[in-house]
Amino acid sequence: MIKTPAVDWLTLAPSLALLAATIAALSSAVLVPERRRKNVSWFFCLTGYAGAFAAAAFLFDRSPHSRSVIANALFRDRYGALAALIVAGVGLLTTLVFYGERSTVDRVGERFALLASAGGGMILFAQSANLLTLFLGLEWMSISLYVLCALERERPEAIEAGFKYLIVGGFSSAILVFGSAFVYGATGTLNLAQIAGKAPSGDLLLISGLAMILVGFAFKASAAPFHTWTPDVYQGAATPVSGFMAGATKAVALLVALRVLSLSFSAQEHLWTSAAAVLAVASLVVGNLAALAQRDLKRMLAYSSISHAGFLLLAITAASSLGTRALLYYLIPYGAASVGVFALAALHERELGEPATLDNLAGFGWRRPLSGIALWIFMLSFAGFPLTGGFVGKVYLFAAAYRSGWTWLIIVGVAATLVSLGYYLAVVRAIYMRPDPDEKAVAEEEALLLDRMLSIAVCAAVVVTVGSFFAAQPLIDLARHAAGQLPL
Amino acid sequence: MLTTALICLPLFGALSVFLLPAPKQWVGSLALFFSLAELALWISALTRFDFGSAHIQYEQRHSWISDLGISYHVGLFSFSLWLVGLTVVVMTAAVAYGLWARRERANAYYALMLFLTAAIVGVFTAQDLILFYVAYEAMMIPLYVLIGVWGGAGRLRATFKFVAYTMAGSLLMFATIVVYGASHGFDLTTAQQSGSVWLFLGFAAAFAVKAPLFPLHGWLADAYRESPPEVAALLSGVVSKVAVFGFLRIALTQFPGPSHDLRALLLALSAVGLVYGSLLAFRSPDIRGVVAYSSLAQMSLIGLGVFSQNELSLSGSVLQMVNHGLVSAALFLLAGLIEIRTSTGALSRLGGMARGRPILASLIIATGVISLAVPGSNAFAGEFLILAGVFQRGWGWAIPGLAAMVLAAMYMLRLVSALLHREVGEAVTKKTPDILLPELCLIGALLGCMLALSVWPAAVSKHSFACLTPATNSSGVSSQTAAQVGLACVSGAISSSATTGAAK
Repeated sequence: MIKTPAVDWLTLAPSLALLAATIAALSSAVLVPERRRKNVSWFFCLTGYAGAFAAAAFLFDRSPHSRSVIANALFRDRYGALAALIVAGVGLLTTLVFYGERSTVDRVGERFALLASAGGGMILFAQSANLLTLFLGLEWMSISLYVLCALERERPEAIEAGFKYLIVGGFSSAILVFGSAFVYGATGTLNLAQIAGKAPSGDLLLISGLAMILVGFAFKASAAPFHTWTPDVYQGAATPVSGFMAGATKAVALLVALRVLSLSFSAQEHLWTSAAAVLAVASLVVGNLAALAQRDLKRMLAYSSISHAGFLLLAITAASSLGTRALLYYLIPYGAASVGVFALAALHERELGEPATLDNLAGFGWRRPLSGIALWIFMLSFAGFPLTGGFVGKVYLFAAAYRSGWTWLIIVGVAATLVSLGYYLAVVRAIYMRPDPDEKAVAEEEALLLDRMLSIAVCAAVVVTVGSFFAAQPLIDLARHAAGQLPL
Repeated sequence: MLTTALICLPLFGALSVFLLPAPKQWVGSLALFFSLAELALWISALTRFDFGSAHIQYEQRHSWISDLGISYHVGLFSFSLWLVGLTVVVMTAAVAYGLWARRERANAYYALMLFLTAAIVGVFTAQDLILFYVAYEAMMIPLYVLIGVWGGAGRLRATFKFVAYTMAGSLLMFATIVVYGASHGFDLTTAQQSGSVWLFLGFAAAFAVKAPLFPLHGWLADAYRESPPEVAALLSGVVSKVAVFGFLRIALTQFPGPSHDLRALLLALSAVGLVYGSLLAFRSPDIRGVVAYSSLAQMSLIGLGVFSQNELSLSGSVLQMVNHGLVSAALFLLAGLIEIRTSTGALSRLGGMARGRPILASLIIATGVISLAVPGSNAFAGEFLILAGVFQRGWGWAIPGLAAMVLAAMYMLRLVSALLHREVGEAVTKKTPDILLPELCLIGALLGCMLALSVWPAAVSKHSFACLTPATNSSGVSSQTAAQVGLACVSGAISSSATTGAAK
């Protein structure tokens, strides 16, 4: 009889819930009559994410000590559980937003199946304890996202987005797996916890492997100079999917990067902190300057997400427990605001039937007062204004960078924030201060689209964005429990 | 509790005003009701305030982010109490003006005004650096939209300049706060003093933009011209005081070394701004330009007083902050009333308005005369105290101050004569009405505050820094001459509150 390792089902539960949701949604695409297909598959996806969220919360509670389970394939710890919570939360909101997205009926089941599947891959990726499961999780999530981007194949932009993402993403996966092979060559192990100390710290093979792994993560996190796919993909993909990628993909990529770097390459800390600093500065410069020139809302948000990758890399640069807490905390309001802002972009697109630009947003804030305020709040959170979680996140990031001796990075970060106001406030200016081309539309409020699911998602996103400012301490306590399990 | 109530009442008001589905006059009335309630709350705080104590009062403290030692810590010193009072008075006048001017999109407008009140009160009461910054930035959110939506024709340009200048300053302060707080602690009552010139400059630059001080005033004219008049009144009357408060509460008290070393620079910038602002005010072609640049000059004068850092000049500065807040608010509202009547503020198209409009003429002359500090007025008491204090610091610094008093008379009399006398301007017709009763009540209330302060300026000047009380009176005769007492008192008041805080 083949000896099987003991399986810790609780660790697997979040990804299994989403895997089950994937299968159920996919089956309903075939088995359920067309009329009810959308509702049924949507319900499975929603339940999957809700189940994953609950399971991750339970896992968080039951994992006070970090240990690797299932033949050292996965970590059972609060760090991974918190990452799973973020992914499941973002996924839950995205599912709500996705409900009203137009689609032909023959692909509606697949859409929700792929969305659930991507989340499952992300959670496995975040929990992985060796380079093999890490790659497995990465591919699981990436392949789902490639297809999800290209699913609306009537639109040439969607095909372009899917194709570009496939090529660039495949390339980055290849680099990452190549780097893993180098690391294995240098150390003889794939286990993340055992890589450290197996080879001399100056070993060239190991350092090449580290560099390639870092590049692979930078691609996924869309950090400059590995960001070139981001604007096209965010613009071309279905709008809720862009929000999901901005909120969740970037989050897990950075969280796993920090885990791998701190756990396996602690001897090379001086190398990867400097590399992260370079990537951070490049992302801040490229993201912010390019975003200033955009008129298309989704493209602008793509560049803004690149600049946020830069901010988040400051936390990795800090390489401290405070930095880890900063990273974990920052991702919560950032993820909520990302989903929320793309949801509002989707709402505007559905109303107009064309992509949202700064020009056609004119009057949005007066036509839809509550949505306008929500958009305003998300922009302020991105810009790091007080009364939103983005502010506390920036305080944390900068404090972490300062305590680790990166004072000049704070100056860069502050300059980048100042530039970023140029485009975030441009949105506020567009929705409130530009003359509305068709003022009479204001009178016909009944004609406005009422999408209840989307409204719930936006409300939830606002609550998280603002709530994370006022109730910062409970979230930071969560982050502290999780961050304590990394060796920093 | 009372301090938190002062912050939360307008916030609650903002929310209810925003959600009230009613015609705009009803919405405005509700907003005015909340402003008056806030005023009543302040008066109750005033009556129960112990001016003999140098300790922080109505203090409240809750841990907010314990990880970094950040707390929700609010409280009032006697000088902050006066500034809060100025805020609620000017804000009530501004909301009343908005109601009178029938602002469009009323729900959003009044909600933003009340939100702004809460933010400004928050700045004056915050005892934690992060909380201070939160309130400081929260002011920008409503101001940006208030100018950008309800402002004049050039409003987009004005908001851009305003945001670019002030955000550059305040983000610099943000970085400074993080660096300072991470090493010295965020709580102002317990944070250790620092000797770093760079950190001092980070704070000073932000406050110098907001005040504004001389080379950083580029945003001023556009913002004051393009704002709605009541927002301009708030900007120059209250928001600029936030910057001076920042100097008093943070830059000078937490950085005694650098503020001593750089005193000559700060005094020189103030002196240049004082003369330069007065000259620009004298040359300005419109009412708001005159008031805007006179505001630059007055803020520089207050700056002279604050940077001199002695007992006379400090208590004079607080008095003059309140005076100038009331005067400039009244002047901007009067400018707005004239613009409503004639749809222009250009002095070349106005003139001869005194004939047939006695109330308008009386109000303008009364406000103008107080503004140019005739003896007996509250502004005279404030300027006299400041100049007496500056004289102690070095007689040379008092010369620009005296020159500016002459210049102030010149630009203010020029404004009065251009509006009221000379030949009748083309924008003024026989039908242009005099001040109406509601308008009279509005401006009259502000004028009443000024007259009350003229009668009893010591109410503010003697009750600003508790340890100074026996030292000064309104005639400027001082029984103590120790030049260093002033700063020692501010920091003494703060450090003594720190010990009580620790005892708790």
